[in-house]
Amino acid sequence: MPLWKKYHLARSIDDALALLEQSEAPSRVIAGGTDLLLDLQQSRHEPVHTLVDITHIPELSVIEMRGEELFIGAAVPLNRVISSKLVAEHAHAVLEAARLIGGPQVRNTATLGGNVAHALPAGDGTIALLCLDAHAEIAHRQGVHRQSIESLFLAPGRSALHPRNELLVGFYIPARRPGEASVFQRVMRPQGVAIAILNMGVWLKRLGNRIQEVRISIGPAGPTPRRAYQAEKALAQQPLTSEVLQGAITALLAEVSFRTSPHRATKDYRRQMAAQLLEETLTRAWQRSARNA
Amino acid sequence: MRIRVNHQWYELAEVPGEMLADLLRYRLGLTGTKIGCNEAECGACTVLVDGEAVLSCTFPAAKADGREVLTIEGLMAEIASLGHTHQPPGLEALHPLQQAFVLYGAVQCGFCIPGQIMASYALLKKNPVPGEDEVRQALKDTLCRCGGYPSIIRAVLAAARSMQSGEALTLPTEPHPTSPTHVVGHPHIRPDAIEKVCGTARFTDDLSFEGMLHARVKRAGVPHAILKRLDVEAARALPGVVCVLTAEDIPGEHNHGLVIYDWPIMVGIGERVRYVGDALAIVAAESREIATQALDLIQAEWEPLPVVVDPVQARQPQAPQLHASGNLLKHIKVRKGDVEQGFAQADLLLEHTFYTPMTDHAFIEPECSLARPLPDGRMEVYVGSQIPYADRHQVARALGWPPERVRIVGQTMGGGFGGKEDIAGQIHAALLAHATGRPVKLLFDRHESLLVHPKRHATQIKVRLGARRDGRLLAVQTELYGDTGAYASLGEKVMTRATTHSTGPYDLPHARADCYAMYTNNPPAGAFRGFGVTQSAFAIESMMDMLAHELHLDPVEIRRLNALRVGSVTNTGQLLTESVGLLECLDRLEEELKRVAGDQPFRPRVVPGAEHLRRAWGVAAAFKNTGLGGGAPDKAGAEVELFSDGTFEVRTSSAELGQGLVTVLRMIVAEEFSVPPERVRVLVMDTDLTPDGGPTTASRQTFVTGNAALYAARTLRQAVASTIAEKFDQPPESVRFVEGLAQVNGHSIPLGDVVAMLRAEGREPRALYEYWAPATQPLGEGGDMHFAYAFAAQAAEVEVNLKTGEVRVLCVISALDVGRAINPLGLQGQVEGGVMMGLGNALTEEFIVEEGVVFTDRLARYRIPSIIHTPQIIPIIVEHPTREGPYGAKGIGEIVSIPTTPAITNAIYHACGVRVDRLPVDQEKILAALAIASSGKEV
Repeated sequence: MPLWKKYHLARSIDDALALLEQSEAPSRVIAGGTDLLLDLQQSRHEPVHTLVDITHIPELSVIEMRGEELFIGAAVPLNRVISSKLVAEHAHAVLEAARLIGGPQVRNTATLGGNVAHALPAGDGTIALLCLDAHAEIAHRQGVHRQSIESLFLAPGRSALHPRNELLVGFYIPARRPGEASVFQRVMRPQGVAIAILNMGVWLKRLGNRIQEVRISIGPAGPTPRRAYQAEKALAQQPLTSEVLQGAITALLAEVSFRTSPHRATKDYRRQMAAQLLEETLTRAWQRSARNA
Repeated sequence: MRIRVNHQWYELAEVPGEMLADLLRYRLGLTGTKIGCNEAECGACTVLVDGEAVLSCTFPAAKADGREVLTIEGLMAEIASLGHTHQPPGLEALHPLQQAFVLYGAVQCGFCIPGQIMASYALLKKNPVPGEDEVRQALKDTLCRCGGYPSIIRAVLAAARSMQSGEALTLPTEPHPTSPTHVVGHPHIRPDAIEKVCGTARFTDDLSFEGMLHARVKRAGVPHAILKRLDVEAARALPGVVCVLTAEDIPGEHNHGLVIYDWPIMVGIGERVRYVGDALAIVAAESREIATQALDLIQAEWEPLPVVVDPVQARQPQAPQLHASGNLLKHIKVRKGDVEQGFAQADLLLEHTFYTPMTDHAFIEPECSLARPLPDGRMEVYVGSQIPYADRHQVARALGWPPERVRIVGQTMGGGFGGKEDIAGQIHAALLAHATGRPVKLLFDRHESLLVHPKRHATQIKVRLGARRDGRLLAVQTELYGDTGAYASLGEKVMTRATTHSTGPYDLPHARADCYAMYTNNPPAGAFRGFGVTQSAFAIESMMDMLAHELHLDPVEIRRLNALRVGSVTNTGQLLTESVGLLECLDRLEEELKRVAGDQPFRPRVVPGAEHLRRAWGVAAAFKNTGLGGGAPDKAGAEVELFSDGTFEVRTSSAELGQGLVTVLRMIVAEEFSVPPERVRVLVMDTDLTPDGGPTTASRQTFVTGNAALYAARTLRQAVASTIAEKFDQPPESVRFVEGLAQVNGHSIPLGDVVAMLRAEGREPRALYEYWAPATQPLGEGGDMHFAYAFAAQAAEVEVNLKTGEVRVLCVISALDVGRAINPLGLQGQVEGGVMMGLGNALTEEFIVEEGVVFTDRLARYRIPSIIHTPQIIPIIVEHPTREGPYGAKGIGEIVSIPTTPAITNAIYHACGVRVDRLPVDQEKILAALAIASSGKEV
């Protein structure tokens, strides 16, 4: 059994949706394929009939400002994300995350759309998008709709996207305004698979000496990528003092659930790293927001 | 689909499921692009698509439709645009990156090199003047297991300068010549470097024959069981399957093994499966896909048995017995003096137990064997193997043939490190070729390579040590458990080396060591660079630092105080009479350490601006035998021939696995005849054409085969001299060899002309020499257990993150007593690669087996060091020549790696107070130990 029978290079969104719907099952969307192809090669995914490659669709391959929002096409390779001035300006956390994914060869094919669609609890790109309150644009035969990316994750590796009817077009991120900044950071170990033991995204808006608003995303801290709403609450409208930080750490550790992954990290280590990462990312975002004021 | 590859358009049919790497290699024959892992981890398959580097092993070929692909074979066409006028001689046709990789010694086994060069090329297209850090980022996922990362960085930077300026490549200023004579001691490039940078070097999987079949092996997948039933009929019936063989189809002997024939070629009905990689059946089919499909159709039934998971359990009386001889492969003993007396006299006693995991060689080229039946009834086997004559013997034995009926034709080898000594697919391929009458290729994928071939022994090592207050060692007692896995392989030899080296490179009156090499249901363990000494050096060198700490002594000083020196007697009773350069290694190391790190290298330092980062240095010393030793006959044959065009050829079956033996042999012959090394060709690893050089193991080839080549060359030189002397009626001693000429009494005769003169006298212009190394004594009998030892002292600087427990290695200084450096450029590659392998052993590598089932069954789960992990490496070459070695040289392939791990863990202790006694270093455990320490409890 070959890993796939037909490989289509879709030229438009309609073309891709039609191919997905009409081709013999199973069919799958493929962008960079850096996860899907390995799953196929290593028999974690059954062979498919049709792969619909969406990397040649113009709408999915742009990075541009659309009004008060930055749009990043779902099929833009990460190396273009990294070199984009717009991403550096408006979505620094995404830039920092993308820079840490794979090596240059992987980043020349891997995409943010693939990272989100793969729905792993600690996808670096996903966690960065989450703290930026990114919304996904999804195309279907009837048109397009938007939904928050947080609502796209059902379970580890399972996305809410309908595999035959829906296509991830790209991500909208609110343009950065004065006093706002975002940061992404992760902790790795040198042994075993190159997936973060823990990663975190922080976006915050600073007003004078206070945090006006903050968003924190963290993975793997549950079955899906998630926000740390309680920690956010503990920080909102507060100055970044060590007491406030301690309160946020306590809130974070109370709301998330870490687990021990054999040969990777214990629950306890992840708790320690979560506290550590929160302190570092918040401090960095705080400093960066001052520069962005 | 239409693809433009290397500036040429191809119209190709789309093949379902095909990746770009397969299309390039197997449909277009562009075999310069290598497949190392097939899982997007190693980068060997890197090519450019529309100017961007991609991993062609996971890039659907169909995706390249309409696009431009550039492979290593197309790189030379790119130089036209550079407009360079001056080029290094002999390398004019090469791209500056290719030139630089050759000249800077960045090429060793060569398997990763096309990927390294293409990834570098993609970088330079975007960023013509990269900094060192940008080179590291660009090559971060392109792995080199020979570990030549520092040379690779220097090469890329040099190429960038040349491309930018339009000037010829600047030649490297390092390494400097060491004790140079005519040829020996000067840096020389590898004879195979050019074909390796061009992608034209042929590794076994690059070969293809008319009518060739593809083989796959059905593996047991269970660690311990009795095979009750095996049904291969459905596999046989699958269209495209040509042959399925099981144990009952083996015409000759059913077991193989390097020392003990205990490893079944295939497990038969009613026989015992001892590890997950055991073979049950072998399939040959018209394509690899069909052969793979056939494996799923083979049904096996088992009687499962309880699993023996580690050597300590294996030694318990109630443990299931895995072999007729029991679970004990060997109890190895070292006895010197009376340790109890030493302990009684000691001011201080220390005892600690250390643990090391299995590790994998992870050579980037997976195993491949290609067997081809010949019309005259013989069998050729093309393979990259460290012991061609042992392969011949074992293949012939399985076929029930005399050895001469088999020919092993060694191919360019993409790394070995000890992992290509045992049989992999040689016998299986030959059995299928014999049964079908057609050529059969058996290529392991990475998954199979990780499951099947022998690993480094996991060990548990308890050390008890007694010393005087002044630091003088009085007694060391060690107890070792070695996990030799399912089959013996070289387990007894490896664990013997671990045991005899377990008291360190120290002179002490009382030593006692007991080692239990045990069978288990884990993958077999065998040879791996360091050969057991890697493990025991970690234990004893950690103990030496613990002792220094207890006694408030300097870590270098305590080693100097106890170091082996001329006049010392080793723990096996060997009186060292020469070539013991450890003291000089320690002195030179200390000198360099003070220069680099100041007077207090072992004090922790806070990184300014980062309170949580602590840096410190650590040191370790080591020794390692050259040669087989222990009473084993250690010999090698080499033949040197002179041709009428004035060139030479040196022939031996010894293996070139990337380490640089071919350069050493060519240099030795060139030295003896005073000709440029380029005039000497080297032919290795062919059992029909080259005399037996013995196994390429135990750091022995420079010494043993080097001597064989040396004496063969001298024999031939004497023949040439006497022929010329006779013709000109002069004494043979008056004949001089200068720059390719023989000079006598004012006459100059080109060496090529001597061929006819020799022939006219009825003599052949060649000489064969079989060199026998000095005899050694078996362990327990005293005397010389080995004919030479190499010595080393290394220092490592680490940075520990107190908040996360993460560890980085920043710098390693490596002082080595090599006897005599033959080729400083090759030595540089060995030093860099040895440090990188020791660093991986300390920080990244752990081959995990759970209840006999391999967890690290993909390269993604078994991480080897990358260019990102690469510290600054400062080599210091110390030369204490050994009388018997060629020009004084001894073996260096292993010693370069052995002290690195304990130097790193000792540095961690100095940086943060945490003693690592279990490898690899675990950042989580460091953090936990720091927390305990800061809470005031004992660590």
